[in-house]
Amino acid sequence: MLTGLLTEALVVSAFLFVVGTFGVLVRRNAIIMFLCIELQLNAVNLSFVALSRALGIEGQLYVFFVMTVAAAEAAVGLAIIISIFRHYETVNVNNFNLLKW
Amino acid sequence: MTLPLGYFALQEGHEIQAAAHGPAGEAFEPFLPGLVILLPLIGFLLNGALALAASRRSADSLRGGVELDFFEGGNRPLTHRLPTWIGPGVLGLAFLIVLVNFTRMLGADLHEPIIRHYWTWMNTGAFEVDVALQLDQLSMIMMMVVTGVGFLIHVFSVGYMGDDQGYPRYFAYLNLFVFFMLILVMGASFLLMFVGWEGVGFCSYILIGYWFTDREKADSGKKAFIVNRIGDLGFLAAMFLLFAGFGSFGGFGTLNFVEIFHDAPDALVYGGGIVTAITLCLLLGATGKSAQIPLYVWLPDAMAGPTPVSALIHAATMVTAGVYMVARTSVLFALAPVGGLSVALIGALTALFAATIGLAQYDIKRVLAYSTISQLGYMFVGVGVGAYAAGVFHLMTHAFFKALLFLGSGAVIHSMHHALHHTHNHADPQDMRNMGGLKKFMPITWITMWIATLAIAGIWPFAGFFSKDEIIWYAGARAAGTYGAWFTLIWIMALAAAMITAVYMTRLMIMTFHGKNRTGQEEAKHLHEAPWVMWVPLAILAALSIFGGWVNVPHAISDSFLGGYGLLPMSEWLHDWLHPIAGVATEIQATGAGEFSHHAPLFGGGELLWAVLSTVAALVVVLVTARIVGGFKYLPASESPAPKGFKKVLYMKYYIDELYDRIIVQPLIKASRFAWKVIDAGIVDGIANGLGNLARAFGWFGSLFQTGSVNTYALFLAIGVLVILGVVAF
Amino acid sequence: MLSLLESIGYGDWILHALLWLPLVGMALVLMGPAARAKHLAFGWSLILLVLSLGLWWAFESGVGTFQFESSTPWISSWGVSYAVALDGISLFMVILTTFTTSVAILGSFNYIKKYEKAFYALMLLMETGVIGVFISIDLFLFYVFWEITLIPMYFIIGVWGGARRIYSAVKFFLFTAFGSLLMLVALLYLYFAAGGDSFAYADLLNAPLNLQEQLWLFAAFCLAFSIKVPVFPFHTWLPDAHVEAPTPGSVVLAAVLLKMGTYGFLRFLLPFFPAAAQHETVITVMMILGIIGIIYTAWVAAVQPDAKKLVAYTSVAHMGFVVLGVFALTVNGLQGGLIVMISHGISTGALFLLLGMMYERRHTRMIADFGGIGRVTPWFATAFMITALASIGLPGTSGFVGEFLALLGTFQARPIMGVIAGTGVIFAAYYMLPMVQKVFFNALDKKENQEMPDLSRRELVILAPMVALMIWIGVQPSVFLERMEPSVRNVLEYVNDSGLQAQPGQSAEASVTFSSTVPLDGEGEADEAAPIHTGDEE
Repeated sequence: MLTGLLTEALVVSAFLFVVGTFGVLVRRNAIIMFLCIELQLNAVNLSFVALSRALGIEGQLYVFFVMTVAAAEAAVGLAIIISIFRHYETVNVNNFNLLKW
Repeated sequence: MTLPLGYFALQEGHEIQAAAHGPAGEAFEPFLPGLVILLPLIGFLLNGALALAASRRSADSLRGGVELDFFEGGNRPLTHRLPTWIGPGVLGLAFLIVLVNFTRMLGADLHEPIIRHYWTWMNTGAFEVDVALQLDQLSMIMMMVVTGVGFLIHVFSVGYMGDDQGYPRYFAYLNLFVFFMLILVMGASFLLMFVGWEGVGFCSYILIGYWFTDREKADSGKKAFIVNRIGDLGFLAAMFLLFAGFGSFGGFGTLNFVEIFHDAPDALVYGGGIVTAITLCLLLGATGKSAQIPLYVWLPDAMAGPTPVSALIHAATMVTAGVYMVARTSVLFALAPVGGLSVALIGALTALFAATIGLAQYDIKRVLAYSTISQLGYMFVGVGVGAYAAGVFHLMTHAFFKALLFLGSGAVIHSMHHALHHTHNHADPQDMRNMGGLKKFMPITWITMWIATLAIAGIWPFAGFFSKDEIIWYAGARAAGTYGAWFTLIWIMALAAAMITAVYMTRLMIMTFHGKNRTGQEEAKHLHEAPWVMWVPLAILAALSIFGGWVNVPHAISDSFLGGYGLLPMSEWLHDWLHPIAGVATEIQATGAGEFSHHAPLFGGGELLWAVLSTVAALVVVLVTARIVGGFKYLPASESPAPKGFKKVLYMKYYIDELYDRIIVQPLIKASRFAWKVIDAGIVDGIANGLGNLARAFGWFGSLFQTGSVNTYALFLAIGVLVILGVVAF
Repeated sequence: MLSLLESIGYGDWILHALLWLPLVGMALVLMGPAARAKHLAFGWSLILLVLSLGLWWAFESGVGTFQFESSTPWISSWGVSYAVALDGISLFMVILTTFTTSVAILGSFNYIKKYEKAFYALMLLMETGVIGVFISIDLFLFYVFWEITLIPMYFIIGVWGGARRIYSAVKFFLFTAFGSLLMLVALLYLYFAAGGDSFAYADLLNAPLNLQEQLWLFAAFCLAFSIKVPVFPFHTWLPDAHVEAPTPGSVVLAAVLLKMGTYGFLRFLLPFFPAAAQHETVITVMMILGIIGIIYTAWVAAVQPDAKKLVAYTSVAHMGFVVLGVFALTVNGLQGGLIVMISHGISTGALFLLLGMMYERRHTRMIADFGGIGRVTPWFATAFMITALASIGLPGTSGFVGEFLALLGTFQARPIMGVIAGTGVIFAAYYMLPMVQKVFFNALDKKENQEMPDLSRRELVILAPMVALMIWIGVQPSVFLERMEPSVRNVLEYVNDSGLQAQPGQSAEASVTFSSTVPLDGEGEADEAAPIHTGDEE
């Protein structure tokens, strides 16, 4: 009974993760890519929570870590995107390849 | 910091070896031998300091665009007055000290060399050599020649170089040269001798290139140094062999003369490969320093230096170092008959070869240069055939008459230079075709140079007669023993060269001093006799060229009419004097290769007969040549036609310089360029840079994946994750 | 003097002081005013020089083992300790370092115009690094200092260098780093072979290695040191680095940095891998490389149009003599090699300083741009001439003593090679004299050269002690030789003893495979593969 919803939760989590991954790969809008990354993170969070019910409390612990890191990352990432937007007036990643060496 | 120079002078070292007592005489007590070396060094330092001061001043004014004239108003600065006293002064003092030592040694009975140790030079634990001086009969003779003739040449230089801008520098170099030369002859080990050996080579380099702004002169100096260094390699190799041995021979483990010469007869096999190799290496060294075939080419070019330098370095002292070395190492050469034969053969070849070149030269100094090479060849014959005393004897007499000839030619050039300078004539003051009839302008030079000419031509009773005759005689006297045929050949070559010597020297005298003057009418008015500081040394050397040969008159001659029936008091004195040095070698040679015979190899006849024959022949040659050359109509150099035919080959010195340039110098330069451009920059650095470029290429390939687009990166990430998952799963 | 030194406990603190005081000086220079940086740095380096001179007296000659030894655990879990000591081999290297640093700093007063503080700070950092290399007797510590020296030199070339400075700096860095990494790997192998609990010199010495291991490790260490020396064919970084480096950089590079390589040969390579060091093939290869270095680089030097590049190539030729002397494995050869190291440090250092002075005056280093300047700069010409003579080994100068002994030692081990290497004496004249002639002699025919000023007082102060040293070592080398002899003997004895003991081999296969090529007292090859000469067999 305790593991009743586990399979469903993992399936949802996997679905969310795949959606997130495809979003990152195919979308060109930085904000949307960013949201997709958040989606991936939260998909993982979901699996953690689901599994913690079956295996023990540690999974929930990691969720807090992930959320903290995600928050920090969101702050920095959004700041970068905003400054890029101010500079280039666009957030379409096709228009800039600053990472190229 | 204990550079023991003061110690060197004052403490006089300590004697390791007790002064040898002979049964008959008293012990030899050396008198300040260290000071003999130290004095020229002090002279060098003082003159060098003056030279630095003077050159700094002239450089400062040159920078302002003005050529500083040190002699303006006849008031010379201190820097140009002091060297007059310092330069010859230190040499004079040194000569006096040597003289004191010489007289003491004369009175003593010395069988073993006296060694003075000063300080340990190198000591690695496995190899030790001290700074030590050796005093014996041979080094004493050399010291007398170096300081004595050196002193006269220094005095002459005061007149000759008096108006030169670099006067103090000149004396600094000259003093330094004497310093090294004395180390060469007084050093008690091969290594110390080598110090002098290379040191004099260096001094020769800076003195030949003394007027260094002249490219040709600087080139000549460089050539001298490099050619000398080729010889030095032979010397080095010989030292290595002596010290460390090779194959079955374990080496002497030392480089000290006394120990090596003492052990050599037991340690080395007579005629063995090792000792032959050692002597051939030494011979290579000697050919470099003493300008013998094949390394003689630097000496004619060395005439670019000031003439007194040619007299001192390139006639009287440095170039005889090779002869001195062979005499010093006589034991080794006696043990290696092939080595000795090679020395004699090279000497005879050189004597003949250089003499023929001397026939066709017009530059007065070049004639003398080839004459020097030729005479050095005689000395080589002397020491090569085992007549060490005769070789050293000729070294000594040659120092007198050749120094005289060079100084005399210097006086002539000095005079010619002044005359041409007065009328702004750019003719060559050294070309004999521009001279002629100088005897009425320079009578003292004329007479003294004739004396030297008769001496070098080997005419009785001048010095050269005795020394040269003895060498030729001993060469023939070896014909009875081992390698007799070779020695006969050497004997014939030496005889022929003697006749040619008489020809070219007479030609030189006639062209320079006799006949009509060809300098030019205006110029002739300014020709004059040399000042007294220059002719006094000439006169002294002339006296030595006459009497110098009487110290070693062979018994066969001294009791005959040629020797005034025993009137000459010092018959075979030098021979006896050098016996403690050369005696061992003579014995080894007598047992190994046979005694000297008492008959000439061809036609028979004794020593006296051949002496008479040779002096008569030489006299006839001189007279005939004087007659023939006197009949030639020479034109001034600018109007003379270029020499043709064989004369041209002689004039061009058999094209040996050109040959060396073709087969050695140019290939070396080409090889060097190849090494640089192709091997170093191309291959070696190419491989290094190629590796770098390879790494760069990999990087470039990798950078293709760096599109800069976030999505691409994410794609790679995803693919990577999938691959890993795949691997883990299956 | 000795009692004075003892009364202040000199021996207890001197090595630590020499090692760390340059860093203090570095901090001072960085904090001080920029205009005073050079004076501060020079003063500081002079203090260090004076301090190090005390070693001359405090060092007990006749003792071959380490002196002033001190060791403190540093990273105890790995067995790393801060251990320093001095013996007859490193004594002169340390003094040479302090001397050269002072001279180089004084020589850069006019040359260095930008970022002065950083420059002098780096020079002092370099001093720490180099001294560290010479006095470390813990291999970990040694490796740290070995790598530290790369950093300042990289910046000195890269920031203050000439037109192609970046290329040269990177080349220098990559060459050396490549070698060092191989050495690091070999060092770790050695460390674990010795038990894995200590990096101390004495512990690693006794690492049980079979011949095959020794040969591999030898190769790795040897490569690292050979690149540093440099030995042909790893030398091409050197001319580039020298040509682009500023004068003081060249001076330090030639005088001490190259010595790190040959020092490594003596200190580590030979004693650590005695069987490999005695291996016939190894010796032959190294000696041939040394000879190629002597002759080939002399040829290349002779045709260089750039005076500085010429001198750079002569460095390789000189170091060839060191390589020969070291691998001759004779007392004479090793000591000759050491004297060449000292002599080369002084004479080539002085040559680079002189060339730097030329460059400061005329802003060119091309030989063809000069000619006849002996007339306007007689003192300069005199100093140059004496230095050049020391460089080509005229008797009476330091160069002769070293080269003679190195060649003598070589001859004792391999007569033919000794004689072939002896031709280097001729080629030395062949490269040096034409350069001297084209610069100082010949006609003074260029207008710019006529205005060249002669030596200034500062330049005289730099050159005078160097010239004095060249002559002193040439005239009285025995005071140097007697201090290094016991240590050199120590190394040799160690090599000879343990080299032969290593043969019965821990690993059976390896010793079977290789022992036949090593000279025991073999019958058939006794002639070719003569056992090592120590040169003192009577």
